[in-house]
Order: sequence, then C-alpha cells, then structure tokens
Amino acid sequence: MDFDLKAALFLTFGQTMQMVISSLLAAIIIGGSIGLLLFLTSNTLFLKNRAINQIVGVIINITRSIPFLILLVLMIPVSKAIVHTSIGPNAVVIPLAVAAIAFLGRLSEASFSDVDNGVLEAAIASGASKLSIVLKILLPEALPSLIKNITVTAVSLIGFSAMAGTVGGGGIGDLAIRYGYQRYEPEVMFICVIVLVLLVQIFQVIGDSSAKKLDKTSK
Amino acid sequence: MIEFKHVSVSFKQHKQIFEAVNDAHFKIEKGEIFGIAGSSGAGKSTLLRTINLLQTVSSGEILVDGENVTNYRRTQLRILRRNIGMIFQHFNLARNLTVYQNIAFVLKAAGKSKAETETRVKELLDLVNLSEKSNSYPANLSGGEKQRVAIARALANDAKILLCDEPTSALDLETTSSILSLLKDLNKKFGITIVIITHELDVIKSICTRCAVMNKGSVVEIGDVYDIFTKPREDFTRQLLSHTSHFNLPEQIIDKMQGPIIRLTFKGDNANNPILYYAANTFQIGFNILLGKVEYINDLPLGILYVQLIGETEPLKLAIEFLAANTADLEVINHGL
Ligand SMILES: Nc1ncnc2c1ncn2[C@@H]1O[C@H](COP(=O)(O)OP(=O)(O)OP(=O)(O)O)[C@@H](O)[C@H]1O
Ligand SMILES: [Mg+2]
Repeated sequence: MDFDLKAALFLTFGQTMQMVISSLLAAIIIGGSIGLLLFLTSNTLFLKNRAINQIVGVIINITRSIPFLILLVLMIPVSKAIVHTSIGPNAVVIPLAVAAIAFLGRLSEASFSDVDNGVLEAAIASGASKLSIVLKILLPEALPSLIKNITVTAVSLIGFSAMAGTVGGGGIGDLAIRYGYQRYEPEVMFICVIVLVLLVQIFQVIGDSSAKKLDKTSK
Repeated sequence: MIEFKHVSVSFKQHKQIFEAVNDAHFKIEKGEIFGIAGSSGAGKSTLLRTINLLQTVSSGEILVDGENVTNYRRTQLRILRRNIGMIFQHFNLARNLTVYQNIAFVLKAAGKSKAETETRVKELLDLVNLSEKSNSYPANLSGGEKQRVAIARALANDAKILLCDEPTSALDLETTSSILSLLKDLNKKFGITIVIITHELDVIKSICTRCAVMNKGSVVEIGDVYDIFTKPREDFTRQLLSHTSHFNLPEQIIDKMQGPIIRLTFKGDNANNPILYYAANTFQIGFNILLGKVEYINDLPLGILYVQLIGETEPLKLAIEFLAANTADLEVINHGL
C-alpha cells in the first residue's frame, strides 16, 4: 500500500461525520420546523391554511423528486455562494442538507399527524394556548416517532454522503472510490464498506433505543 | 347555566349542506346532570362541542351563565374553556406524559405556579382516588383509572361545567357504575353542572335528572328523565327505549295463555301499593304473574308486571277498569275474553 491507510481513514471518517452531522442538524431544525408547519396548517385545531400547506408541500415534493446526484450538481452555484467552494465536504453539506430537510420535513409531518387528534382536542378544550400544546403535548407525543424518522434520515445521509464523495465531496465514500475502485485496492474498499456499515449500525442502535425509551405507549 | 338559542350546525360535504344540529333550543340548569340520548349520528357530539366552541355554530347563540359566548375568541375563549371541563370516550390522555404531568399541564397552561400546581394535582388525585398512580403512564392504567385521571384533568381549573362525550362507552359495567357514582358525587359536592352524552340509556336512568332525545339533528323530546322513560311522547323515543329495555313477553307464551293478559306499569307512589291483590279480592278473580320487574330511574321506582287474569267475563272487565284507574298504565296484551 503506497499511502497511510490509517491516516486516510481518520481523515475521511471525520469528513463523513462532518457532512452527516451538520446536514442532519439542519434537517432536524429546518426540516422539523417544516414538518410542524405542514402539520399545523393541515389541522383545523391549529392553523389550518390550505394555501401555505400546499405551497410548502409542493416545494418539498419537488425537492424530494430530484435524484440526489442531480441535486448535487444543481447546488454547485448555491454552495459557491454560501461556502465559497464547490468541492470538498463543506460544499456537499449544502445539497445533503437540502435533501435531508425535504426528506425529514415529510417524515416529521407524518410523525405529528400520527399523534392522536383526540389528545390534542382535549388539550384545546382545557383552554391551553396553542403554543403550549405544541411544546408540551404535541412534541412529547410525537417524539419517539420523530426520533425514528431522524434515524432513517441519518442512515440515508450516510449513504448520500458516500455518493457525494464520488463528485469530490470527500469522506469515506470518496476514499472507497478513489483507492478501492479506481486504483483497484479491494481491501481499502472493503474496509470503507465495513466502516460505513458500522456507522449505520451505531446510528440505528442509538436511534432505536432512545425512541424506545421515550415511548410510553406500551406497558 | 347553558342555553342553546336556535342553534344549528351544518357541514358542507361534497357540495351538499348537511345539518348535523337543527335548531336546538333549550336550557340546561345550574347544578343538574343533563343527559343527551339518541342514535349514532344524531348530532349529540356536535351539539355538546358547541358549548365550549370546539364546534362553531352555523346559526344561533350559546349562552353560558347568561353570557353570549358564541363569538368568544382567543383569551376570552381560553378562559371560558378553563371553566368547562370535558371528558371523552377514549379518555384522550397524553400517552407519553405521566398522570401527574397530564393534570399539571392544564394547570400550568392556566398560569398556576409550580407550587400551586403541585398541591392542586395532589388534591385532585385524592379526589378521584388515584394518589398512588401519580407517576404512572396511561398505558399502565385500567380504563376506569384513565377516565378518573381525565376527570381530574377536566376539573383541574375549578370547572363549573363538565361535558362528557360517551364517558363510559369504553368501560365494563362495574367500572361504568363507579365512574357514574364519581360523577354524581362531584355534582353533589361541588354543584358542578354535568352534561352527559350516551347511547346507553341505563347511564341516563341512573344519574341524570333531565334529558334530551335527539334524532337526525333535532331535539325531539326534552324533560324529566323519569317522565321520558315512563311516558315517552315521541315515537322515536319509544323506539329508542324499546331497543334497550328488552322486557317483553315472548309471543308463543302469549298465544298459549287462556284469559286476558295485561301489562301494568306502576310509577312513583303507587308502585308500593298492593293494587293487584286488592283487585283480586274485590272482584273475586285470580291472577298469575308472568313477568315482572321494578327498576329505579332517578331514584324513583318504575314497576312493570305482565299478569294473566282468571275469572268470569264481567268481574274481569270491572277488575281491568279498576286496575287501569289505579296504575300508571294498563295495556291489554291479549283479550282472551
Ligand atoms: N367535522 C365534520 N364534518 C362533516 N360532517 C360531520 C363533522 N362532524 C360530524 N359530522 C356529521 O354530523 C353528524 C352528527 O355527528 P355526531 O358526531 O354529532 O353524532 P353523534 O350523535 O355524536 O353520534 P355517535 O353516537 O356515533 O357519536 C354525523 O352524520 C357526522 O358524520
Ligand atoms: Mg358522538
């Protein structure tokens, strides 16, 4: 092997984590808010508003229907404008975040919609303000499902970030392609795949166990 | 206390207007337990939900404590709702919150401090007999316990009115009666006005003082529960009652019997007099009780007897006349004369 595999793995692992974590955070904050907005504007108990709901919904749908590779390319000018570069982990964070926001936006809307409407109605009937109902009833009730959906998003992001590597995004996927595929070093490819599998496993286990811990709906 | 003034609620469905509530116009008095009966889809829930404006009315007015609340919004509406508790068939407790947190939520939402909230929750849990379940999650409670928590939550901010939408429909008989007696106690102790919707007429019989009967959006009959159960004025009410009180003599038996068969209804005071025995003695006839029961509606007795009379034609006629005059109702099931 003509390069320091260990150092390369450390570097690219760090890049992958950077891409996944920052786009996941963006997805949780922005995507979660969009999901909440979609839910609130669809529910008569809160702020039903067809116009806003449909406009936001269509934007989300369009974003979600663009294949990720194309989104990567489409976002190059945006990345240039925001992070002043079009290659490397910093640049691909933008398309990753956009994809993850749209993805989690829809999923979290479903999490909120799954909350028993009767429970929300009881809270409305108690005279509580809508804000306190959202914060203290809707969120805790939706949280286990939200965490499951955040986990799904994180796992998809690991896959997308590997794909982003192929267009110069860096990260484990980049390493796998450059050394494993192009230079034909199967062991590098193999190690990269193992690392990705482990990473997915870790996210899944953390997500599942915390969702389970917060879910009090079974005995 | 609660007054409906020509209240109608209509929904638009597939470009068609559907009247779920049609010109409801009546009053519910302070401190009473008022029942609303009717078949499924009659509009009971819709009507009930207009009281705390969970349902907006299409026309008409809702008065609570003499105040027109129909157009209440925002703060005014929230204060109104704090004074009107509501419980539901499926309890509607937040499942990821403990019993304590469920009740504390409505107190904090009404601006109570942490200390106030703590004492009040304790007080409420004592009231509904659930002190030791404070930290349990709803999934670990029985149906009856969940409904008790819901009642505690509904009354947390000292509600003066309690709206109940099928509160016992998901409970077994024993639990139903314990929840009903809790409601009755609360009504007595705090003078809370209770409005209760149910399709179980037994619920109305056991705790309501007055009730309304709804059919297809309209209130068809309204009055004292005892009167409605003993002498329903409307065909629909009679129909509704016949579904629940399966208290009829089988046809085959009626056909086989000799002599007249009568159905006697005793109400109130005359339920306690030995009228039948007296008639038999006076007119020298025999009698044979085929079926009988006494039930208590609103703590007043209602007795129903199916009796076969035996004797000569003339004395029988006189006896029937006498019985008709001295009971609440007499129906000749089979003349046999
Ligand atoms: N939001 C709504 N939109 C359209 N139609 C509605 C709505 N709410 C109720 N309805 C209709 O109004 C009618 C009365 O409904 P409601 O729930 O008041 O009946 P109910 O007497 O409570 O019946 P149940 O005993 O089955 O609960 C039903 O036909 C129902 O389909
Ligand atoms: Mg109903």
